[in-house]
Amino acid sequence: MPFTPVILWTDALVFLLVFLTSAFIWYVRGNEHLLAPWRRVGHSASGMSALTVLVFFIIVGLLDTLHFRPALEHRNIHGETIYSVEVLSVLDLLLTPLRSNVEKTYSAPLATHLYAKETFSLPDGSQNRAFARLEYGGSHLADPDTEYQSDINTRIAKGIGLGLLFWIILHTLLCLNMARRTHQRFTLCVQSVWRRTTEIPWHAILITLGVILVVIGILSMLATHYHVLGTDKVGQDVLYLSLKSIRVALIIGTLTTLIMLPFALLLGITAGYFRGWIDDVIQYTYTTLNSIPSVLLIAATILMMQVYIETHAEYFETLAERADVRLLCLCIILGITSWTSLCRLLRGETLKLREMEYIQAAHAFGVSHWRIISRHILPNVMHIVLIATVMDFSGLVLAEAVLSYVGVGVDPSMISFGTMINAARLEMAREPMVWWTLLSAFGFMFILVLSANLFADAVQKALDPRVKTFTQNSASAQKNNPAQIPASASAPAPVNKSI
Amino acid sequence: MSVLLEINNLKTILHTSKLPVCAVDGLSFKLNRGETFALLGESGCGKSMTALSIMRLLPDAGEILSGSISLNGADLLQLPESAMRQIRGKQISMIFQEPMLSLNPVMTIAEQIAEVLVQHFRLNKPAAQKRILQLLDQVGIPDAKRRMHEYPFQFSGGMKQRAMIAMALAGEPELLIADEPTTALDVTIQAQVLDLMREIQRQNHMAILLITHDLGVVSEMAQHVAVMYAGEIVELSPRENFFSHPAHPYAQQLFASLPDKQKRNQKLAVISGTVPPLTQAFNGCRFSDRCHYAMPRCHDTAPQWHHTSPAHKVRCHLYDPSSALINITRIPEVAPVPAIPAAQQQKAEPLLQVSSLKVHFPIHQGFLKRIVGQVKAVDGVSLRIVAGKTLALVGESGCGKTTVGKSILQLIQPTAGSVRYNQQELVGMERQRLRPLRSQLQFVFQDPYSSLNPRMRVIEIIQEGMSALNAAIEFTAGASATSTATAFPHEAAVDVLLQYVGLPKEAKWRYPHEFSGGQRQRIAIARALAVNPRLLICDEPTSALDVSVQAQILNLLKSLQNNLGLAYLFITHNISVVEYLADEIAVMYLGRIVEQGLTDEVISKPGHPYTQALLSAVPQIGRASAADMIKLKGDIPSPASPPTGCHFHPRCPMAMPVCRQTYPEASTISTTHITHCHLYSQEHRSNHHEH
Repeated sequence: MPFTPVILWTDALVFLLVFLTSAFIWYVRGNEHLLAPWRRVGHSASGMSALTVLVFFIIVGLLDTLHFRPALEHRNIHGETIYSVEVLSVLDLLLTPLRSNVEKTYSAPLATHLYAKETFSLPDGSQNRAFARLEYGGSHLADPDTEYQSDINTRIAKGIGLGLLFWIILHTLLCLNMARRTHQRFTLCVQSVWRRTTEIPWHAILITLGVILVVIGILSMLATHYHVLGTDKVGQDVLYLSLKSIRVALIIGTLTTLIMLPFALLLGITAGYFRGWIDDVIQYTYTTLNSIPSVLLIAATILMMQVYIETHAEYFETLAERADVRLLCLCIILGITSWTSLCRLLRGETLKLREMEYIQAAHAFGVSHWRIISRHILPNVMHIVLIATVMDFSGLVLAEAVLSYVGVGVDPSMISFGTMINAARLEMAREPMVWWTLLSAFGFMFILVLSANLFADAVQKALDPRVKTFTQNSASAQKNNPAQIPASASAPAPVNKSI
Repeated sequence: MSVLLEINNLKTILHTSKLPVCAVDGLSFKLNRGETFALLGESGCGKSMTALSIMRLLPDAGEILSGSISLNGADLLQLPESAMRQIRGKQISMIFQEPMLSLNPVMTIAEQIAEVLVQHFRLNKPAAQKRILQLLDQVGIPDAKRRMHEYPFQFSGGMKQRAMIAMALAGEPELLIADEPTTALDVTIQAQVLDLMREIQRQNHMAILLITHDLGVVSEMAQHVAVMYAGEIVELSPRENFFSHPAHPYAQQLFASLPDKQKRNQKLAVISGTVPPLTQAFNGCRFSDRCHYAMPRCHDTAPQWHHTSPAHKVRCHLYDPSSALINITRIPEVAPVPAIPAAQQQKAEPLLQVSSLKVHFPIHQGFLKRIVGQVKAVDGVSLRIVAGKTLALVGESGCGKTTVGKSILQLIQPTAGSVRYNQQELVGMERQRLRPLRSQLQFVFQDPYSSLNPRMRVIEIIQEGMSALNAAIEFTAGASATSTATAFPHEAAVDVLLQYVGLPKEAKWRYPHEFSGGQRQRIAIARALAVNPRLLICDEPTSALDVSVQAQILNLLKSLQNNLGLAYLFITHNISVVEYLADEIAVMYLGRIVEQGLTDEVISKPGHPYTQALLSAVPQIGRASAADMIKLKGDIPSPASPPTGCHFHPRCPMAMPVCRQTYPEASTISTTHITHCHLYSQEHRSNHHEH
C-alpha cells in the first residue's frame, strides 16, 4: 500500500460529529413536521449564502482531517513497507506545491523577490546587497520587471475564466435538475432563479458560489507560481498556513461546544427544575469554577499535559499525534471552563419555564420528571443553546488565538490562526511592516465567524414556531372552525368508549 | 354641549404582516365636553389603535392614512410633534390597562407625577409637591403625604391604578382616554376605581373616552356608546337606547352571549367564528359571515348608516328604510336557543371531600434564609363536591383560590388537612401511587396562551396525558385503546376528542400558536378530557377570553357535564358565570371560606357582608348609578399578616368589637347555607334578643 491511514483522536471525534449530523439529517428528512422549519432556513437568503461559504470551510476542514502516512521508497530489512513519520492529510496532498515551495524567509504577497536585502558574494569576490530572487515565487519569469505585470494579469484573467466556467457548469446542472424535477422547460427554470421566484434563494447561493469559484480560480492559477499571500519568517506559504488553520479553528469551535453542552444542559436544567439542594450544589460548583481565572486554569492544565507528553514520549508515534492530543486537551479544558455561562442561562430559563402552566399540566398527568425535562423544557431552551453555541463558536476560535499568543494554546508545531497571529505580532513592529500574515489570519477568521453567525441567525429564526407560520395558517384555521363550533357542543359522542 | 373631540373618517393601518392591517377603517364620532363615551368591542376590533391614533402614539409599524382628529377645532394630525407634546398630558391624557406595567418601577410616585407637572406647568419644587399631594388626595390614596414618596411596588394594584389616574389628572386634561382601565382589577377594586372616575369627571368636568369590552362597565359609566367591529363603528347610540334596544345584530348577540341566572338551563347564544382578519378588503358588511340575519346583499354591499331613532344610528341593512322586504319586528329577538335539560338530580356520596386544607408558604429572610413567617395562602378550607355537580369557588385575586385548586391536585404540597377523592386520601400519597388517580382529577388553566407548550403539536399535547397514564386509562375504560403501534397510538382517540370540543380533526397537526384564545382553551379542555377525568378543576377558564368566546366555552363545559357527568370545581371571580353554571358557591376571602351554599341561596340572600359587597360591586346592565352599591374600603390585606379576629373586619361596614377579637365560627343559615360571620352567630343573636 502506498500509504497507511492514521486516525487521530480529534479525527475520530470529527467523524463522530459528522455521523451524528448525518443521522440527524436522515431522521429529520423522515418527519415532515421537523423538516418544515428547516425548510424555512432554506428560504433565508443571507442564511443560505452563509451556508455556502461555510460549506467550503467545512470541505477544507474535512479534507484536512483525512490523515495518512505515505510509504517511503525503501523497505526495511524484512521487506516490509516503511511509512514516513510525517503525517499528511488529503489537503496537504492537494496543496503539495504550496507546502513544498518553501522560500528562505519573508516575501510579500505575489512578490518575486525577498522582502529584505541580502548580501551576495559576486563571482569577482566583491559583495553586493540586493533583494534576492525567490526560489519559487515568480521563478518562471526571465525578467520580472517587464514580464511580471502581464503574467499576473493573464493568470488572473485565466482564473476568472476558469471560475466562471465551473460556475456556469454548476448553474446548468442545477437548472437541469430543477427542470427534471418540476417538469418545466430549462429556460423557464433559469428565469425563475433570476427573477427570485424560487422558494430557495438560488440567486443568492449562485452569486456567493460565483464569487467563491472565481476567487478559487484566481488563487489556483496564481498559487502554482507565486505566493499569493506571501511567506512567513521561515518562508512557508501563508495561504497554505491559513488553509491548514481552518481545521484547528473548526475543531476548537465545535468539539469544545460538544464537550461543554452535556454539562451545561444537564446541570443547568436539573438545577432550575429540581431546585432545592440540587440547585445549591450546582450553583456553588459553577460559581467556584467561575471564580478561578480561566487562563491560569488552562495554563496549568496545558503545562501538566505537556510534561506528561514529554515524559511518555513512547505513547506517541508521530509529532502529529502529540500535537493532536494537546489540541484535544485544550478543547476539553476550554469546554470545562466555558460551560458555566450557558449553565447559568439555562438554569434561569428553566426556573421560569417550570412555573409555566403547561409544565403544571404535565405534572397533573403524572408525567415523569425525565419526560418533562426532555419533552417540555429542552425544546423550549433549544434556542438559547443554539445562540450560545454559535456565540461560543466565535468566542472559542478567538480564544484559541489568544491562548496561543500567551503560549498555552495548541502545540507550536500545529498550524493555527493563533500561532499565525503569535508569529506575526513581533513583525508588526518591523520597518517595513510585515502585515500579510496577520491580515490573512484575520480575514479567514472573520469570514468563518461571520458566516457561522449569519447561518445561526437564520436557523434560530426558522426554528421558532411562533414566527412565521402564523400568518400563513391562521387564516385557514379560522375558516375551518366557524362551522364546527355550534355543532360541536350539541352533539358529542360518548368519549369514554372511544378511548 | 359643545363638541370637544371630533374624529372624521379616521383610517389607521399597521404594517405588521405582508398585507397592511387596516386596524381602524373610516371611523367617525363626536365626543362632547364632560361626557363619557364608550368604545365597546371584542379584542382585535381596533379600539386601542383608535386611542393611540388620537394620542398620535402609534407603534412604529402604524400609520394614519387619512381622516382628521380635531380637538377644540384644531386638527391634531396637522400639528408638529413638538406641539403634540404640549397636548399629550395637558389636554388629552391616557390611562392604561395594566397599572403594573405603566408605572416606572425605579421612580417614586411623586417623581412620576412631577414629570407631568414640570413639563406642562413649570412649577417649582414646593408648589409641585403641594399639587402632587392634592392630586393623590383627590384620587383617594390614604396617607398620601407619606405614600407619595414610595415606589410603585409598594402600592397594590388598585392603588397603582389610582396613582395612574392622578398622573393623568396632573395636566388637568379636557379629555381622558381610559383603555380598559379596570380589566386587570378585581370587582371590588373595579367598583372603587369606576366610582373615582365618575367623581373626578363630575368635579373637573372632563370628558372620558372609555375603551372596554365589558357591557356592565359601559352601562354604569357611559352616556354614549359606540360599538366597534372589525375596525369600524357599527352602532352609535345614547346609553339608554342601546341597552333597551340594541340594534345591530352584533350588539344583540353580545347581549345574548352574556351568562346570567335566567339563562341557567339554556345554552348561551354564541357568535360563531371570529373577527375577520383586517388585512382583507371588505365588500359587504363585515359581520355578515357571523350574522344570523345575513341577506344576500349583506355580502356584497357595505351598509350605510340608518337611524332607528334621532340619536341612535346603526350600520346594518336590516334598518334600510328603502328595503321593504324586511320584517323589522323579528329583529329584537335573538335566534332561539335550545334548552339544555337540567342535569339529573341525584343525591350521592361526595366525589371529593376537602377538609381543613392548609397551604402555608414560608417566608425566608436574611443570609441564612431563616423562616421569619408564613404566607397563609390557604388556611383551613373545607369543600365537598358531588359527582356531576359544579362548585364555584369565588373570590378576588390573592385570596388563595388557585392555590386551593392546585393543592387538591397535589401540584402544591398542602401543609395540613386532607383531600379525599372517593374515600382515598391524596395528601401525602407517594408520587407513584398518586399516578393512577391523576386521570380522575384534571385541571384547566386560566391562560390558554401559557398552558400549551408552544413547541408541541396539538396531537402531542393531547396524547401526553394518555401515554403517561396509559395503564390507568385501560384500567378504567376497559382495554379498548386502538393501539396501531405507530408513533401516534391514540390518533383515533384524539380525533374524537377534538370533535368533542368542536375543533376539526386536521387541527391535531398544528402548533398551538396557530389557534385563537378560545380554540386554545378548547385544546386545553380536550387535553384534560383525554384521560377520562371525573372532576375538572377549572381555574378561571374564561377570564382571558372575549364575551362571545366565553359563551362558547361555557356551553361546551355545560354540555360535557350533561353528557359525561363531570363534576367541576369552578374557580372564578366572575359572578355572572357562577350564576349561570354553578350548583353551589363557596366564597373565599384571604385563604378562608366565608360563605358556602346553593347558588340561589347565596346570590339572592347573601349572608356575609363580603359576599354582599362582592355581589353589589359587579357592574350590572341597566343599573344607572351605583347608589345602592356597598363600597368596600381599601384592599385585601396581605395573607402573610392577616388581621386579627375576622379577616374581613378592617373593610367590613358592619364590624363589631367582637369581630376584632375572634374568628367567627360557622353559622348555619339553612341546611345547605353556612357563613362565617358574627352577625349570624348564636351569641350575637341572643345579645340582640336581650336588648
